[in-house]
Amino acid sequence: MAHEILEKNKGAAGLVLVGIQTRGVTLAGRLAKSIESIASAKVPVGVLDINLYRDDLTRVAEQPVIHKTEISVDLEGKIVVLVDDVLYTGRTIRSALDALVDFGRPKRIKLAVLIDRGHRELPIRADFIGKNIPTSDDEIVHVHFLENDQKDEVVVAQKAAKS
Amino acid sequence: MNAPAGETHWTRKDLLSIEELSREEIELLLQTAESFKEVSAREVKKVPALRGKTIANLFFEPSTRTRTSFEVAAKRLSADIINFSSSGSSTSKGESLSDTAKNIEAMNVDTIVMRHSSSGAAEYLARQVKAGVVNAGDGIHEHPTQGLLDIFTMKERKKKIEGLRVCLVGDILHSRVARSNIWGLKKLGAKVTVCGPPTLIPSSIERLGVEVSYDLDRVIGEQDVLNILRIQLERQKGAFFPSIREYAAEYGISNERIKKARPDVIVMHPGPINRGVELSSEVADGPQSVILDQVTNGVAVRMAVLFHTTMAER
Repeated sequence: MAHEILEKNKGAAGLVLVGIQTRGVTLAGRLAKSIESIASAKVPVGVLDINLYRDDLTRVAEQPVIHKTEISVDLEGKIVVLVDDVLYTGRTIRSALDALVDFGRPKRIKLAVLIDRGHRELPIRADFIGKNIPTSDDEIVHVHFLENDQKDEVVVAQKAAKS
Repeated sequence: MNAPAGETHWTRKDLLSIEELSREEIELLLQTAESFKEVSAREVKKVPALRGKTIANLFFEPSTRTRTSFEVAAKRLSADIINFSSSGSSTSKGESLSDTAKNIEAMNVDTIVMRHSSSGAAEYLARQVKAGVVNAGDGIHEHPTQGLLDIFTMKERKKKIEGLRVCLVGDILHSRVARSNIWGLKKLGAKVTVCGPPTLIPSSIERLGVEVSYDLDRVIGEQDVLNILRIQLERQKGAFFPSIREYAAEYGISNERIKKARPDVIVMHPGPINRGVELSSEVADGPQSVILDQVTNGVAVRMAVLFHTTMAER
């Protein structure tokens, strides 16, 4: 994915990676490392919490824990690559786009995800995809990273039956 | 994204006191406030979290700082906020508190922020209305958001509250800020001392787990935090100390007295300051003072409180 991003962008100039809390942040960190070893250029990494921009905020039963958002670079005129672990309905990405434009006006926003599992509810697609995994709606996809969960793996599991 | 099991979730529609909160709930509010602090530093100082929600500021006592702080906090969360003050409203025409509140509620207000001169007024209101109620100070009972922002500021400067030595100086008897500080700080494991003239310290305050001192010069040297309370002349019915000058001499933080404190002490004050009484101007504007940080943090803390209470199920 790092190669692909560099190729599409013709180098690391103007790139900013923004990871969506929490596992998108881990993935963004790893991509930044790969990019650094390939192109020997440091790419700034931002952290975005989209909970405040969710369209279902008033409908979720449990209140979300609000994590930090840290975007220390000016996004004006930059090429922002949004990074998340799983692309599903697209609603998270919509929230993230809303959040991003509050920080400035990037030249272009791209989307990188590790897993695309289908079932979009909005007209959103990813530019860089680790792997397409066709799933059914009653399955759930977990991405585990060493940094968060002690191992690297992707698990497709059956959703718990609703009681 | 699922929250890990065991994490606290907020369920209260009201914030009436710090006494009623668990340690975990206090920590959750502080954590949310920390996340919200960044919003005020953005170019677009606004997030849509409370879009479409209505919050009413209902102030039966004069207040500029707290009311404005709540107003800014609500606006940064995209809520609509309306201000009622007792003068110029129907209260001055003799309307009762519950009637005023029910009328506000009939306009589908989601959360009411209230300050009132009677202790317990917020709890009374919370029982009357379906809307959430945030206590912005009730008589001499509590002022929970001030307590939270004080603790937030201490944590920001001193990294942790556990084991922190905090001295509350001045009028403990009439101070709702003192009570909220004591409850919160004790729950988080701080060591709290209250210091002031014997007439302004309630007789059984030790039961809250604090130490009492009447001699500031004896205890000032061992404190990490000095939280200086305002002499509330408007609340004092009777003579509690011989004169303002004598009070300042005994308990005011002067340029001389601050030299007896630890070099890394921080000085706090909820405002408004009576300069030259509780604090000398040099100390209030000096390097130990975090008074303006308190104001900045107040917005973040009130955003956290409004967010969690307004989002809670009704």
